[in-house]
Amino acid sequence: MRRLANLRAGMRAALPIVLGYVPIGLAFGALARQIGLSLWQIGLMSAIVYAGSSQFIAVSLLGAGAGLLTIVATTFLVNLRHLLMSSALSPHLPRLSNRFLSLLAYGVTDETFALNITRLRAAPLPAFDILGVHLTAQTAWLLGSLAGGLLGNLIPPGSFGVDFALPAMFICLIVLQVRHRLDVGVVVLAGGLSLALMMVLPGSHYVAIVAAMAAATIGVAIHDAG
Amino acid sequence: MTQGKYVLLVLGMMAVTYVPRATPLLLLPHIALPDRVRRWLEFVPAAIMSALVVPALFAPAGQPAFGWHNPMLLAAVPTLLVAWRTRSLGGSVIVGMAVYWLLTGRWAG
Repeated sequence: MRRLANLRAGMRAALPIVLGYVPIGLAFGALARQIGLSLWQIGLMSAIVYAGSSQFIAVSLLGAGAGLLTIVATTFLVNLRHLLMSSALSPHLPRLSNRFLSLLAYGVTDETFALNITRLRAAPLPAFDILGVHLTAQTAWLLGSLAGGLLGNLIPPGSFGVDFALPAMFICLIVLQVRHRLDVGVVVLAGGLSLALMMVLPGSHYVAIVAAMAAATIGVAIHDAG
Repeated sequence: MTQGKYVLLVLGMMAVTYVPRATPLLLLPHIALPDRVRRWLEFVPAAIMSALVVPALFAPAGQPAFGWHNPMLLAAVPTLLVAWRTRSLGGSVIVGMAVYWLLTGRWAG
């Protein structure tokens, strides 16, 4: 019963992610349908790859006639940032079996990571709460993709402000993370570097990970010097 | 692309996505991390969130848009204020979406 209550708490916490994932899933499903993927093909990708931006890129590449190896290699580069996220998550997770960790690993996305790490740094969380967030976010993504593939993009971009759901969530989670003046510096530096790198190297998929690692390194250097 | 090749593609995508997600979770609990690495990892969450959201706000279409005509940037201001004053995730998301909706004018149909 305790586990069920924890699972429910996680499902409630994931609501802002659902607001963001359903419309992006719809857009993904509609795009995938346009390039000729069938409903089961869309569902398969959303269920077992489950990584938004790389799925958009994969489908665009498929539409452009790219080969299997190109798409897989691009997917690897785009999703490499999760390595950094799982590394940051690991010290904050409760003691868990390898089986449970393998299950949780499936659900690590930019958004579930941002939400869970912010909550984990404030207070310990039961494992089933984290699982509740992951299950809810993945269900929203899968159902959104399938609905988009079946019915087209039901929510045109911009309606109800849905495009801003995930940026707004990130803004708030960053604010909740910041504790010291040095944290503010690292946040500004990471954002500025990422923006600058993106302009210099348009279309690169690893800009955010490089900017974040550089900013964190400078943060540690300043911390240790002062 | 044939159906078999498509399944192979998705399995390949899954493998290269899952391995970076899972490796640190399975490996790091068995490694004693030096203090400096732990401190580094403490800086990573806010840094990566910022590195992801700042380009989305300042260059939503891939091109820098720093002015009043960029609703992402404008909506970020009240969202930041609400987040800072209330520390409420739900409140920030609702206010941000409402302001963005008003700014983009899609409510007018």
